[in-house]
Amino acid sequence: MPLKPPLSFYGDPLPNIETSELQGKLFVIEGPDAVGRSTQVERLRAWLEQQGHAVLDTGMARSALAGRGIQQAKEGHTFGAVTMTLFYATDFADRLENEIVPALRAGFVVLTDRYIYSLMARAIARGEDRRWIEHVAGFALVPHAVYYLRAEVKHLISRVVTGRGQFDYWESGMDAGLSRDMYESFVKYQTRLVRALDSMSRKYDFTVIDASRPPDAIFQDLKRYITALFRRVRRPAPRGQAS
Amino acid sequence: MLRPAFARNRYRGKLIIVEGIDGSGKSTQLSLLSQWLRSQGVAVAFSEWNSSPLVRETTRRGKKKEMFTATTFSLIHATDFADRMERYILPMLKAGAVVCADRYAYTAFARDVVRGVGRRWVQNLYRFAIRPNLAFYFRVPLEVALGRILGGRDAIKFYEAGMDLGLSRNIVESFRLFQGRILEEYEAMAAAMGFHVIDATAPIETQQREMREVVLRELGESLNSAVLRTAEAPIHAA
Repeated sequence: MPLKPPLSFYGDPLPNIETSELQGKLFVIEGPDAVGRSTQVERLRAWLEQQGHAVLDTGMARSALAGRGIQQAKEGHTFGAVTMTLFYATDFADRLENEIVPALRAGFVVLTDRYIYSLMARAIARGEDRRWIEHVAGFALVPHAVYYLRAEVKHLISRVVTGRGQFDYWESGMDAGLSRDMYESFVKYQTRLVRALDSMSRKYDFTVIDASRPPDAIFQDLKRYITALFRRVRRPAPRGQAS
Repeated sequence: MLRPAFARNRYRGKLIIVEGIDGSGKSTQLSLLSQWLRSQGVAVAFSEWNSSPLVRETTRRGKKKEMFTATTFSLIHATDFADRMERYILPMLKAGAVVCADRYAYTAFARDVVRGVGRRWVQNLYRFAIRPNLAFYFRVPLEVALGRILGGRDAIKFYEAGMDLGLSRNIVESFRLFQGRILEEYEAMAAAMGFHVIDATAPIETQQREMREVVLRELGESLNSAVLRTAEAPIHAA
């Protein structure tokens, strides 16, 4: 994907935002639960800062507006599927308008742990209408790059068991009623999530990274891609060549 | 304006909603209607705008600290609506109750668009809503409604007055301009959305009689057969 302003929106633009003013870079790290996204975001952040970039990192359910409400709803296990989707959409919109856009305007590199793709995948995994949630999510900015850390469900299971050591109600999608057993539910739910993300790969131009490898290998890949992106900005491709 | 693609109500229960700007008297009328239905032995459930216990705190805090943009304001209210729909309205409809809702998706269609949100976007946002069996719109001239609101109430609040739109630095003037624009939106959608328009300047008894006539005419049969009853007597005009 060429790296040049102005950024665009997927659908109808958010009111009052002049995208030509947004000089920073928007990178998204996507992938299912337990695939190791936050580890990679931490490392990337340190590396980018070392390279002299100002970095903002942001992730789901962390908005000033809706973060707390989502947390409480999760603790109470009281979320309907549409309600959950919209609460997360509110959270995302708040972060987009109040954190991401100002950071981009200031020339920051914004590292986003998950974006509208996970939001959509979770809705789809719960049986919600794909076109509905795509339209709702249309106010999102098109990122400069989306790095999809892809892994098979059996790999995710192994990470949960050897890493965290327990299955989580929400990561297992227990609210979706796929199974009364946490493990069975995890398998079914995460399979749906991965399938949904896979189906978005081409449409949303994901850079797919094999996340079944050790974190170091994944990190090296990410560094390589991002370095190449920045290089393309500094030295645009000569005429007649693909960028 | 196209009618939005709400899901049809295929349940035993019926959904009656009221719309109108603040000061149109719609809440009073809905309350009278609910009481009448209950007195006839119909099981009635009530839901009002902005009342989800799950979302309320977030909305309250957002309003108090003025954290909302047009988009997040729209989304949080849609979240509130979704929670009421999924955990209350739908189960009640399935159980066969008559659900009376004070404000519905049309409130968002009118108000959020005035705030600058895309019309098709907000109509799509509410696509998961059930189409009401009856939608009453209480038509009132702006000045009459304003007189009722400004006359005897607590101070108007920031978002209520549309102060975030910068229409005026005076809160009362802002409220007037804001409500005026919302009124225009309602008027523009009335026909397409199939509203039953009630003249909200008529005496309360007249308005209520008209509402009951419409309910009996459109839903009379269901009320006597399908709907959940708390008593066995057939429905009749009060």
